[in-house]
Amino acid sequence: MRFLQPTTWAEALEARATHPDAVAIAGGTDVMVGINFGRLRPPLLLDLTRVGELQEWSVDGGDVRLGAGVPYARVITELGDRLPGLAMASRTIGSPQIRNRGTVGGNLATASPAGDAHPALLAADAEVEVASVRGTRRIPVTDFYTGVKRSALAPDELIAAVRIRPPAGPQQYSKIGTRNAMVIAVAAFGLALHPDRGVVGTGIGSAAPTPRRATAAEEFAAEELSGLWESRGELPAATAVRFGELVATAAAPIDDVRGTAAYRVHALSVMARRALTWAWAEYRTAKES
Amino acid sequence: MSAPARTPAGAPGSLTGPGSGGVGDDAARPDGTLKVRGEFAYGSDLWMEDMLWGVTLRSPHPYARIRSIDVGPALAVPGVKAVLTSDDVPGEKVYGLELADQPVLAVDVVRYQGEPVALVAADHPETARAAAARIVVDYEVWEPVTDAITALGHPHWNQVHDGTARVTELSRESAHLHPEGNLVRHLKVRTGDPAPTADVVVVNTYEVGMQDQAFLGPESGLAVPAEDGGVELYVATQWLHVDQRQICSALSLPPEQVRLTLAGVGGAFGGREDLSMHVHACLLALRTGKPVKMSYNREESFFGHVHRHPATMRYEHGATRDGDLVYVKAEIYFDGGAYASSTPAVVGNGGTMGIGPYVVPNVHVDCYGAYTNNPPCGAMRGFGSVQTAFAYESQMDALAAELGMDPVELRCRNAMEQGSKAITGQVIDSPAPVVELLRRLEAMPLPGAAPDDLRHMPGGVSNTTHGEGVRRGIGYAVSYKNVAFSEGFDDYSTARVRLEVVGGEPTVTVHTAAAEVGQGLVTVEQQIARTELGVDRVVVAPKDTQVGSAGSTSASRQTYVTGGAVKAACEAVRGRVLERAAATTGRPVGELRLFDGAVVADGLELPLAELLGDDAVEETLEWRHRPTEAIDPETGQGFAHVQYAFSAHRAVVDVDTELGLVKVVEMACTQDVGKAINPQAVVGQIQGGTAQGLGLAVMEEILIKDGRVQNPSFTDYLIPTILDMPPMRIEILEYADPHAPYGLRGVGEAPNISSGPAVLAAIRQATGLPLTRVPVRPEHLTGT
Repeated sequence: MRFLQPTTWAEALEARATHPDAVAIAGGTDVMVGINFGRLRPPLLLDLTRVGELQEWSVDGGDVRLGAGVPYARVITELGDRLPGLAMASRTIGSPQIRNRGTVGGNLATASPAGDAHPALLAADAEVEVASVRGTRRIPVTDFYTGVKRSALAPDELIAAVRIRPPAGPQQYSKIGTRNAMVIAVAAFGLALHPDRGVVGTGIGSAAPTPRRATAAEEFAAEELSGLWESRGELPAATAVRFGELVATAAAPIDDVRGTAAYRVHALSVMARRALTWAWAEYRTAKES
Repeated sequence: MSAPARTPAGAPGSLTGPGSGGVGDDAARPDGTLKVRGEFAYGSDLWMEDMLWGVTLRSPHPYARIRSIDVGPALAVPGVKAVLTSDDVPGEKVYGLELADQPVLAVDVVRYQGEPVALVAADHPETARAAAARIVVDYEVWEPVTDAITALGHPHWNQVHDGTARVTELSRESAHLHPEGNLVRHLKVRTGDPAPTADVVVVNTYEVGMQDQAFLGPESGLAVPAEDGGVELYVATQWLHVDQRQICSALSLPPEQVRLTLAGVGGAFGGREDLSMHVHACLLALRTGKPVKMSYNREESFFGHVHRHPATMRYEHGATRDGDLVYVKAEIYFDGGAYASSTPAVVGNGGTMGIGPYVVPNVHVDCYGAYTNNPPCGAMRGFGSVQTAFAYESQMDALAAELGMDPVELRCRNAMEQGSKAITGQVIDSPAPVVELLRRLEAMPLPGAAPDDLRHMPGGVSNTTHGEGVRRGIGYAVSYKNVAFSEGFDDYSTARVRLEVVGGEPTVTVHTAAAEVGQGLVTVEQQIARTELGVDRVVVAPKDTQVGSAGSTSASRQTYVTGGAVKAACEAVRGRVLERAAATTGRPVGELRLFDGAVVADGLELPLAELLGDDAVEETLEWRHRPTEAIDPETGQGFAHVQYAFSAHRAVVDVDTELGLVKVVEMACTQDVGKAINPQAVVGQIQGGTAQGLGLAVMEEILIKDGRVQNPSFTDYLIPTILDMPPMRIEILEYADPHAPYGLRGVGEAPNISSGPAVLAAIRQATGLPLTRVPVRPEHLTGT
């Protein structure tokens, strides 16, 4: 197995273009597991950890531009205020060691339906900035996931960054696991209130072949809340319940060792109901304070 | 016996450690500093410069006939030095702890997924793995038998085994074998009225899933061919001499030519009682003439050792309106998987201990162990009792509910005490403080409401509840467990103790073959020697087969049995030293004692350095606990067990009843240990046993589908984290067992038995659900 270690972004893109069969590695929390268990035997590893540009985040045109190589631990400590939903998702990931290594860029590249960052990115309307020697493009995260562990990334492209607009309203993230820490999601749900646009963003994880939005629930919430954004009135309990039910209908889960499809659907409805209730309560309190 | 030509890196050295402290002190572990600093060598750290790597090709099928094996493509891989199949096993082709029925390498048929079929040795592990993948095995795939009751219900159809397994000299129990078919053992207990009736009857069926030992150091060892044609094996294991006998049998070598040394062991819990890579590495080393290392990864480890028997158990409890137990009927099925391993002993414990520490006049127990094509199941901490405790303690709660009684009151009303009769007819002839254990638990303060912090909520920082849907429950359970080997097994340990003066300092060397697996026996050996010989500096020699058998590190027995042997050997050494001092000083032996490196008496202090000079005093002896006996095959009556350990737990849980997520808030434990030789180590055993029981109650299960393991990794086989295992309240009782050294009781297993049922009871109270299966899954709590 050969090992390429570019130190600049330009070198990395050159290497990617020259070696489309290379597997890119950042924190290695997915790639090394595959290699250790013999499931992955790439002829070439493309190590991105020495590319300084990937290791930084900045504010660019009002967006947070999060370099693909920034580990979860830094999302939690440095971006908890700017990216609350993603920071909440990051706290649920693995152990401290995994959070020190694992990156949002890696989560996107693997594109597992169980990836913890995806529901938060979906709810926040993030964009994925990808690049190749041909140039740079931005992909709305909703369009990024194309199948089980497949994405819109072209063979010669690398993920440069994720761009997320700082929140105009509260965000929530919930994840079910069958133990209280260090667990792969049985089901996950991300929620973002966008009061500036009168929109509720959603993302569901581990409950369909790809991470996905709950579109019907988003439309329902936008409709139901349209008269409440201004007044910041109380959220009717029935609205939260119906929202939860609609989120659950967006799921297309399977039975597997981590949980049954029926449980995943049920859990999503409960998580979505609670998340909307918490976020709305926070939104109302924000006015009072 | 020739010494190995070279010693591998990572081979164990003698342990001395910084410590002091005798019996009853919190002495520090002699290997503690090494372990904390990451300098302790485990089996996977063994290394020799010219060694080869061995790998195992395993069956992908749970049940199949092998039509042919073509090793040619593997042999053609550059770097490959040997490829072996069952044809290359020179001696007995089957081995086993109690019954020799498990092939060293598959012979014609594979009976479980993961059964070893062939071996490869190569100069690099990657090469060996690639070569193994090139071995062509032509299988005729058969439909597996995957259910114990089905396997027994059709004894003449689709049998997993054709013939009777050969009973070996290793059998520790009076295994009662069916002449043919899938029955490994059927144990009967019959006391009192065969057709009893009662005012109140509770009947339920319970299931326990397959738990894994989940030790952190996977199976590893290094075999080094010796000049005498034999082999040195460094291996992480639990019982060196039972390994040695099985290896000798497979290699057709005498014990003098198969020398074992214990490598660093990273946990065992029963999972290292059976052979794993032992014979395989020796075969490859003898074939190639090179040292061969084998070290499983986590996935292979799941296929490389036995697991805890899953159980299906139907219990019927009858009681008077006042809450006196009248009868218990129990029908217990243990799924032993493809090979017998410890199944006869598991059936023995499950059957004879299976109604709990209660006095019941009429008992009817049928306990079965069956062969299936599931993974082989064998020893794991508390075996037989862990499974049945879920059933009998759930029954006690169900009965209390039916009677409208407090569950603790019902237990106390029927609890055993010293002088009670067990269901085997044995009189409990040492303290049995069941009532006190429960009353002390009740008297402990209860934890307050959970703090407003996600880490204290069900789901933790996954942020699934801020208190919504959360209900609290409290549950109690009590266990008892036979300590040491039972049913007539000749259970002994051997200790060699040497006292000499080294560099002017009196030094004791303790040499036993008792496996240190992390539990702290090396500390206990030092403590006993310090107390008995009044010498602070105690060296623990590497554990090997250069000294006699110590028996297994299992059944909560090593502190009792090897501790007893060390004590007895020390007493023999002390006797000789005092006699010598008496001869020197003219004082009667009866006036003399050993203290602080000297022989002392009124007005006398004779330093050992002066008394012994260059002489060493050494004694080696075998020590036995009082004998047990086989039980009657028709009634289950007999002096089956030498000692019992008792513990009780109170669990407090918060359950998110909408999402089915559980947070165990607190575990409280009371246990009678007779005498705490090392109180800190006792607390460690109670905490660890409690965590392992909690794990089985709420998350730990090897999921099997059609005989195939679905989750052979720590990604999906979940064990408790620090956010799952709560703080504990622990009270240790010390009621001496007059039959045991220092009055001690085995400690390791009892807390593993009562913890899970207490958690289950608490979840049941929080949810109001019957919950008859563990581990409890969110699906069970949410009806999904």
